[in-house]
Amino acid sequence: MRQLQYENQNVLGTKLQVTWLLLAVILCPARALAQPPLSDVGDVRLVLGELREASFVEKERIVERLSARGDPSIRPVLSALLEDRLFVRESDHLIFIVKSADDSLTSLELIDPVSLAGAGSASRDDLTKIGTNNQLRKRLRALVARFDLSGPDAAVRLAAVEEILRSLDAESLALLRARSTVEPDAGVREQIEIGLGLAALDSGDSRARLDAIAALTRTLRPQVRNRLAGLLERTADGGFAESDERVRQAAAQAVHAIDRWRTFYGVVETLFFGLSVGSVLVLVAVGLAITFGVMGVINMAHGELMMLGAYTTYVMQLAMPNHIGAAIVLAIPAAFLVAGVTGVILERTIIRFLYGRPLETLLATFGVSLVLQQLVRSVFSANNRSVETPAWMSGTLQINGALSITVNRLCIILFSLIVFAILLFVLKRTRLGLDIRAVSQNRAMAQAMGIRTGWVDAMTFGLGSGIAGIAGVALSQFTNVGPNLGQSYIIDSFMVVVFGGVGNLWGTLVGGLSMGVVDQLLEPYAGAVLAKIFVLVALIVFIQRWPRGLFPQTGRAAETQA
Amino acid sequence: MIEQDRAGAAFLVLVVAVAIAAPVLNQFVPASSPFHLSTYSLTLIGKYMCYAMLALAVDLIWGYAGILSLGHAAFFALGGYAMGMYLMRQIGPRGVYGDPILPDFMVFLNWQKLPWFWVGFNHFWFALIVIAAVPAALALVFGWFAFRSRVTGVYFSIMTQALSYALMLAFFRNDMGFGGNNGFTDFKDILGFDLHADRTRVVLVVVTAAALAASYLACRAIVASRAGRLFRAIRDAESRARFLGYRVESYKLWVFVFSASLAGIAGALYVPQVGIINPSEFAPINSIEAVIWVAVGGRGTLFGAAMGAVLVNYAKTYFTGALPELWLYALGALFVLVTLFLPRGLVGLGARRRRAVHGAAAPVIWALGSHVGVSLGSKLK
Repeated sequence: MRQLQYENQNVLGTKLQVTWLLLAVILCPARALAQPPLSDVGDVRLVLGELREASFVEKERIVERLSARGDPSIRPVLSALLEDRLFVRESDHLIFIVKSADDSLTSLELIDPVSLAGAGSASRDDLTKIGTNNQLRKRLRALVARFDLSGPDAAVRLAAVEEILRSLDAESLALLRARSTVEPDAGVREQIEIGLGLAALDSGDSRARLDAIAALTRTLRPQVRNRLAGLLERTADGGFAESDERVRQAAAQAVHAIDRWRTFYGVVETLFFGLSVGSVLVLVAVGLAITFGVMGVINMAHGELMMLGAYTTYVMQLAMPNHIGAAIVLAIPAAFLVAGVTGVILERTIIRFLYGRPLETLLATFGVSLVLQQLVRSVFSANNRSVETPAWMSGTLQINGALSITVNRLCIILFSLIVFAILLFVLKRTRLGLDIRAVSQNRAMAQAMGIRTGWVDAMTFGLGSGIAGIAGVALSQFTNVGPNLGQSYIIDSFMVVVFGGVGNLWGTLVGGLSMGVVDQLLEPYAGAVLAKIFVLVALIVFIQRWPRGLFPQTGRAAETQA
Repeated sequence: MIEQDRAGAAFLVLVVAVAIAAPVLNQFVPASSPFHLSTYSLTLIGKYMCYAMLALAVDLIWGYAGILSLGHAAFFALGGYAMGMYLMRQIGPRGVYGDPILPDFMVFLNWQKLPWFWVGFNHFWFALIVIAAVPAALALVFGWFAFRSRVTGVYFSIMTQALSYALMLAFFRNDMGFGGNNGFTDFKDILGFDLHADRTRVVLVVVTAAALAASYLACRAIVASRAGRLFRAIRDAESRARFLGYRVESYKLWVFVFSASLAGIAGALYVPQVGIINPSEFAPINSIEAVIWVAVGGRGTLFGAAMGAVLVNYAKTYFTGALPELWLYALGALFVLVTLFLPRGLVGLGARRRRAVHGAAAPVIWALGSHVGVSLGSKLK
């Protein structure tokens, strides 16, 4: 395997050399007639030295000459010049790159521009910056991009392609064309092809334009679509922007095809958004599915248990300010413990006296929720707290030109599925789960079999509360962490559980996800608030028709609970 | 039933006493006298009586028919909005933008003409009808579906809560035509009387007291009737009542509708006194608070529920003024302690004492009432 890779690189290396040769051949006739190509290191130093007194126009010619040689070792010099890090040492008129030209430094660390080795340091007074202007910087960026085009990192190459496409000329076109034949990364290749295709649309040959359109049909980027649609527009004098009838037809077909795919991916994206919104709903409701669904406790403090989880995340980040990501991961068990212990205390001191009186538990737990809110206000103040998002959870994944998904939405979907799976495992495959199911199905019989029902009640409630705490960790990444965090989710949580069918975890999953998807499908037409109202009203109507939810419990257990 | 009647009579006497004493203390006792009742306190008393009416509405269905509605604040707010619409139309050209027809917020949002549902609100009689009819209609539709498909107990509570939450979100929207976030405020006058004048306020309090007494009598007539006995049967054993041949759904539906319109009337009386109505009145917490008033006073007693509303709100006024930090702790603790230790509320406590000492529940009510009255008079000047 290693051997293979090595060979591969070798092949690539030769190809690269070919590219550079090609580049040199193309560039030479254009500008370097007066000045022969540089041959050795001494020449490079000499030419660099000329930068000291050169005008901006001369500087541009110098950097052209330097890069015309095609040796990538010149790239650091170009980027240093671009970033104002190229200096002249006044004592001997030698050119150096400095490591950092930060204003706070009095002595700057020098790097030799040819060998790139360290060359001691010099005081700022002894150094003069080599200035640039807009024109020169633009040229430099293009030149640097050409070097980056053959860099080892696909992301760097992609950025380079985008940079080159910004200012296309004959040279860079040739460069890109050469690159597209050897480029190993599909994403970069696609980007190059789009650039070449867009450029070819301007060519005088209608055959080339047709080919370009055929190639561009496969891409879904808005810029391509708009460019193709532009061909179909009429100009001010009444003619078409594109003169050839066949090209116009091809362009119209291409626009149609692109639009169809974009619509398709639009639906995919909405579904994805809906699933992520639904996952949040599942996550906030699944704890309630235990306390309300399995135990029959109307826990109005459920939202505040989530709030405790969110504040636990905040505290963990305060404690580990330098490890935001680790703090979030550690906050998951911590929040489970904090909320779970709170839940157990709640159950032992209040709820166990109220079993069988659901309306009273509703009132008592609502009282608890008020106390918890005020407690948080007293400890953390009434203001919202900011919880940071770790770097690995931000950013987007670009699937193709029309579809990109945000990483944090992906994370929440995965996270809630994992939590759901673990909960399912605990309920179906562990001793605790067996006890929980036994007690919820037939308390008296379970007691007769020697199950300590009081202990099981406390653990069940603790489990549901702990899951609420975990949901709070997830919520801290999406909404404001404040005393009202719980209130804004409590009604949603109850709706999900009731919709899915009380006492059925799968119902909660399906119910939450479908509510999220419906919400997102409606949002473009109705707006966020109206979509939410519609979902609520639809649920109310649904419950009137199917009072036991999507997946009603059947059998004797259901009847005794009713 | 007899002792309930005596306590109820005491309650009625108290309401009448307030209706007479409050105007006298406000209008005829000079401001320098310690017995003078400030207009602020007068308004506060009016507000408490509106809450007492809401508590009666909740107690009628929860205490007697076993229907726990967590959406009564929505009916209250709907009544309030209907009254608010009338009051907005009364402003006429005196608004900031001076439009003779459109309320300020519509001018601000560039509305060209009055939406259809605002037509008619320049007439007081029309507003009066809507105040009772809209909550009743909503309760009719919602209840018809809910009771027919036997959505009961906790499910019903959660549904009503979702309903009131959905209404709150809807009323927060600007393009609903109800003033969005800000709701209605800056009212000028009602039936041609200046709302800021003391005399108008006195009349409003007297009207509220009369409405409270009337609602109490109406509720008591209902619970004392044959239907009332059936409500209790439904509360205690719904299936049994159904199997005895009663149409449980119809009974529940009409008491729910009556209760909703009662809440609407309470809301309508509330708005001119506090001078504002906005969507936060729909908030689910308001409905739950109304339930806790009933639980504190004593579920299934009517007069207890009304007194509970006054007591809890008096405590709220006191705490939010003196110890704002502690109010939610106190309210939360009240919820927990009452459900754990006072399942029958303060009236239950009084009844227990009555069994021990040979008295009546009436003195307890009297004592509670006079305490509130006196401390209101002394503190809130």
